[in-house]
Amino acid sequence: MLTQKDIFNALSERHGLENQKKFANSCVGIAGLGGLGSNIAVYLTRLGIGKLILVDFDNVDITNINRQNYVLSDIGKPKTKALYNYLTQINPYLNYELHQIKVTSENAVDLFSGCDVVCEAFDKADQKAMLIQTLLANNIKVVSGNGMAGINSANLIKTTNPIKNLYICGDNQSDISDGLGLMSPRVAICAAHQATMTMRLLLNQNTI
Amino acid sequence: MKIKVNGEFLTDFSGNINELLQKQNLSPDRVAVEYNGQILSRENFNNVSLKDGDIVEIVHFVGGG
Repeated sequence: MLTQKDIFNALSERHGLENQKKFANSCVGIAGLGGLGSNIAVYLTRLGIGKLILVDFDNVDITNINRQNYVLSDIGKPKTKALYNYLTQINPYLNYELHQIKVTSENAVDLFSGCDVVCEAFDKADQKAMLIQTLLANNIKVVSGNGMAGINSANLIKTTNPIKNLYICGDNQSDISDGLGLMSPRVAICAAHQATMTMRLLLNQNTI
Repeated sequence: MKIKVNGEFLTDFSGNINELLQKQNLSPDRVAVEYNGQILSRENFNNVSLKDGDIVEIVHFVGGG
């Protein structure tokens, strides 16, 4: 059995010891564990972020498998539990805090107040707006996914910083409600943008 | 009156934040608005009337995730 030290040393070898110490002492929240959130969680787990707060009310559905980090045997399970089972196979020594609840403007600050950064990974536009307003009003940094539907070029997905403490990843345009569909690689690119910006913020790199 | 919205000057507008969103065909429940460096809650969109020199950043959200 690999020890916590074995994994920390291996991560330090790839990421650099100083970076790894910072990752290990960081806490990141992920709001929504769908196409964006489940992929972000995997990237941040591979980075060795010390504490991840994972929040989603939903169960895995067969229509999630096209882009979300779940497998057929996860169908029907809570996304929090299914993701936890996968993440602990990557790194069993991180602190995973699971909440199978719906995020609201009432509970968002309680859920995420201890986080260095929160990744907004909801699918509905009004929920994105609600969470971002709530967290920014409490001076919590947010990295949000906005516009990754359809089959347009990967190069249209970018990271911007339009508002203080708010980083937006996406093409800002393609809307699922226009019937564009959601395809795994493009969603994963957006998730990787979010994970990259989160990583940079944890290392005090505040520029996009 | 001159205000700056998402980096561009707007000279032909007077009203509050909700009216500005309406003019831009944006739904108030799908945006985040920063007003002179401060995030605004949706309940305040009606209360903030824009004045000369104000700087507004509007982020409009689309669905998918």
